[in-house]
Amino acid sequence: MTQLLWDGLFVGSFYALIALGYSMVYGIIKLLNFAHGDVYMLGAFIGFALLSSMGGIPASLSLGALLIVLLVSMLITGTAGVLIERLAYRPLRGAPRLAVLITAVGVSFSLEYGIAAIAGPNPRAYPIRLEGGVFQVLGARVSLPQIVLMLIAAALMVALNFYIQKTSTGRAMRSIALDANASLLMGINVNAVITRTFFIGSALAGAAGVMAGAYYGKIDFLMGFIIGLKAFTAAVIGGIGNIKGAMLGGLVLGFVEAFGSEWFGGEWRDVFAFAVLILFLTLRPTGILGERVTERM
Amino acid sequence: MSENVDTTQAPLKIGPPRSRLSRLLESRQLGVVALGAACLAPFVTATPYALNVMTTAAIFVMLASGLNIVVGYCGLLDLGYIAFMAVGAYTAGIISKSFELPLIFTIPAVLVMTVLAGLIIGAPTLRLRSDYLAIVTLGFGEITRITANNLSITGGPSGIFGIPGLLKIGGLDVEEPAVLYYVTVLVVAGFVLASARLGKSRLGRAWRFVREDEDAAEAMGIHTYKVKLLAYIFGAIWGGLGGVLFAAHLSAVSPQSFIFLQSALVLMAVVLGGMGNMRGVVIGALVISLLPELLREFASNRYLAFGLLLVIVMVFRPQGFWPARGYERERATLEAGAAAVPTEKRR
Repeated sequence: MTQLLWDGLFVGSFYALIALGYSMVYGIIKLLNFAHGDVYMLGAFIGFALLSSMGGIPASLSLGALLIVLLVSMLITGTAGVLIERLAYRPLRGAPRLAVLITAVGVSFSLEYGIAAIAGPNPRAYPIRLEGGVFQVLGARVSLPQIVLMLIAAALMVALNFYIQKTSTGRAMRSIALDANASLLMGINVNAVITRTFFIGSALAGAAGVMAGAYYGKIDFLMGFIIGLKAFTAAVIGGIGNIKGAMLGGLVLGFVEAFGSEWFGGEWRDVFAFAVLILFLTLRPTGILGERVTERM
Repeated sequence: MSENVDTTQAPLKIGPPRSRLSRLLESRQLGVVALGAACLAPFVTATPYALNVMTTAAIFVMLASGLNIVVGYCGLLDLGYIAFMAVGAYTAGIISKSFELPLIFTIPAVLVMTVLAGLIIGAPTLRLRSDYLAIVTLGFGEITRITANNLSITGGPSGIFGIPGLLKIGGLDVEEPAVLYYVTVLVVAGFVLASARLGKSRLGRAWRFVREDEDAAEAMGIHTYKVKLLAYIFGAIWGGLGGVLFAAHLSAVSPQSFIFLQSALVLMAVVLGGMGNMRGVVIGALVISLLPELLREFASNRYLAFGLLLVIVMVFRPQGFWPARGYERERATLEAGAAAVPTEKRR
């Protein structure tokens, strides 16, 4: 039981990290960024390339190296997110929703098969594996890397929450989510804020990608597809456009999956997640925290 | 006559096509010519490989014409379209194998199952914003594939094989590749025509109205939910019957045939060809399915190329390479043939 809770919490914090980017972008410009899961994949591959180029890393330094690589990868994926927005989404702002959605699918495709063309279609083994002691907490097997990764995820989320609630850019983001035109009239540089949103969302996804690579040890160019879908599910569960909702939704989805695969078998894990998505859209499309409209951003 | 003039754009005259090329492309005989070309193709090359490629392409055209109803006419993005083909192919395969029936007798069951699948997905989500439909269909596509992979009735990861042929009357066995090719081409041609006619029907006009402006359509008395659900169900039927053809062609069905990539390829055929324009969609489907066979060196990076092309087309030409013209003439001028109706509003 505690094992399931812990597993759910761990997987859920990954989902939450990716769901944040989905939710932020959706909240601000009502765009469903299909390529978001692929930015996560991109992050994993950039981390892979950086770690490989650094050569042999002694095991004692692996955590420090990972943190540096994490930061650099976040910078690069963030920039990639900004480029995607500039080249593919901005020209279509105000276009029919169908065109924007199709563009997002195209971006996702280009990223996946672009990486496949560069890095090869076969799965790659990550150059470092996080290893650490395993100990028992209330009957659950907890490993040190899990704790470290969860702490990183939690720190990123707390920082993001502070940024959105307390800084002027965060306030600008929230006001654009409410009314983009009025924000423009109030002197907010809407384009700059949207660019920044994409940067932050993509950087978070990239961080999740590096962490997933280091933890699971295997990456491939389609790894972002399913997890992108699940992150969206998490965003919907929590109430899309809502930052705290995305975090909550990620954790809820993690628990649902952990218990679902325990009761029905692991091969149904993905079916379970999507069934929850369809159920939520039918019964409560605004999500758990969706009704707090003023909180939206 | 100003009731359907878009006041935000200068009205564009759609007269008879100007250039020789577009006159050729929009002539009424083009469909017949294309069908004739498809029927003559086996006389040019009839190796088993060529017949296989051409039959696959014909089935792909069927899928694209079905997705065109959903995406092109009604403007709903379906990212799990291949799931309907999976439902059709599996239903047909399971029934015909367990009852030793030719595939053609499974069609009623296939229709029931695909319509049910369409209702299950469409009914809850079509009331929501269209974004949600896109992602739910994506999830539905994955659910279908994973379920087929996990259940024992669908044969698990290896799928169903040894499916009986479409039909066998006396000496005429439809399993013969050349015969199957002709049957497929004729069936697909019929459905392409049906889809094109649907687009011009009263329902088709309602679909396009919903695509252009859902609120205005609702205000004009169109039951948008019902109309969207109908588009979705028609698309499902096309996909399901495409699945029957697929099962007849390969005589085997396995989950690997129904990955997201396939849905995306059908979508690309519709989008690149020109959403809503059945001729463009047919050409798009043929290009997407035949080009990798013709250009081997192109095959390795084709998905990257398709993805980039999708973005480029949407940014520079959001209506597709060859979009539908606004060719609904006003009743009074129908005989005169000189219509002056503005293009459909796209933005």
